[in-house]
Amino acid sequence: MNRGTIRPRLSATSIDPKAAVALTVNGEAVSAEVSVRMLLSDFLRHELGLTGTHVGCEHGVCGACTVIIDGVAARSCLTFAVQASGAEVRTIESVAAEDGSLHPLQEAFRDCHALQCGYCTPGMIMNILSNLESDTPMDLSEEGIRDMLSGNLCRCTGYQNIVAAVRQAADALASR
Amino acid sequence: MKPPLFEYRAPRSLKDAIALLAGDPGAMVLAGGQSLIPALNMRLASPSRLVDIQHIEGLKGISVQNGRIVVKAMTRHRQLELSDAAYRANPLIREAMAHVAHVPIRNRGTVVGSLCHADAAAEMPMVLLATDGSVVAEGPRGRREIAAEDFFQFHMTTTREPDEIITEARFSVLPDGAGWAFEEFTRRHGDYAIAAVAAIVDKTAGRVSLAACGVSSRPVRLKQSEEILAKSGLGSDALKAASEAAKEAVTAPDDMHATTDYRRHLLAALVRRAVEKAASRTK
Repeated sequence: MNRGTIRPRLSATSIDPKAAVALTVNGEAVSAEVSVRMLLSDFLRHELGLTGTHVGCEHGVCGACTVIIDGVAARSCLTFAVQASGAEVRTIESVAAEDGSLHPLQEAFRDCHALQCGYCTPGMIMNILSNLESDTPMDLSEEGIRDMLSGNLCRCTGYQNIVAAVRQAADALASR
Repeated sequence: MKPPLFEYRAPRSLKDAIALLAGDPGAMVLAGGQSLIPALNMRLASPSRLVDIQHIEGLKGISVQNGRIVVKAMTRHRQLELSDAAYRANPLIREAMAHVAHVPIRNRGTVVGSLCHADAAAEMPMVLLATDGSVVAEGPRGRREIAAEDFFQFHMTTTREPDEIITEARFSVLPDGAGWAFEEFTRRHGDYAIAAVAAIVDKTAGRVSLAACGVSSRPVRLKQSEEILAKSGLGSDALKAASEAAKEAVTAPDDMHATTDYRRHLLAALVRRAVEKAASRTK
């Protein structure tokens, strides 16, 4: 193989270009000048101090960093902050009410013991929440819920209690 | 920060985007980023410039026209999956898309991005191949249509030139009365296929289209199997011969997921299942 083809193309300078980003995070307009290679997950955590969004694998496998971008769940570790400029982003910090009272989905997680260490929970909540709020009807069969959760890894619970929590939350929201 | 240094540009027009690509041999296109950003995070890719195409006019949407489902470059997987027009035109697409990663990834990742990434085990390149689809490339030398058969060259390698942007993909509409099926085997749902098969059975035309992924260095049409089924029909003997013939398409070496022998066995089984299912759906 021609080694030239696999040689990394390293840039000649170490300039780290910056760009202005302006987006809405949890209903508040935020703007900043950040490195163009800053991931949205790092932007939320390091620039805005919203450390509820967790960072696990940083390549899209674990789902811990899931946030809601323009109404749909997405990996904040697979989005650059500059790409989210102009977007509306929601994180786990926006889910409970101002007075601290929990969302029915969070209540369901507590009631069903759907978390132990809690590391995956913010990502789980944001993914499930986007489904609960979506116009696309949710498949609440065992298989359907597990399919919905398949992009979020949890190493504590074995998922059984998370499935139960999803069902409880869906019932609670449907009866409201 | 995990990704390496790069220059970021977000042009508003296709012309500017092409000029930005042509102006830097180390430039890459950024669409949904669901394959490229992991590669950057792991420093497997180090482009000197990223050309973000999300703000370019006219690169969004899905339309069904002249027997083709046209998917523009910035169309997310999930938009195509949920499109009723695309489902009515060819239900094979939605059936396959349920197996592309997970919903949060499909919410951001683009169909055309997946085709350009051209992972040999990815589902959408195989679907494009099975439906006799094509892509449209635009570059400094103009616009050209590339048939799926000519587009996928090798794992993560296509015939797109570095200064070209794939502006749309064209999947063919399912022929009237034809049946379809998608069969895949993975260890975990959402993973890349260890082997997968897409089948279209058109009894009126006496034609069967079969494509596979995960078994070779690129998605492949199972031409020998197609010929056997076209010539000998869909009886059990023909089906057995066609699934045996499919084994010859397996060139993937042993890896951590499966041995070559196992993939051969798997592909034969998936071909049989897919053809049976597609045949049962013909009208």
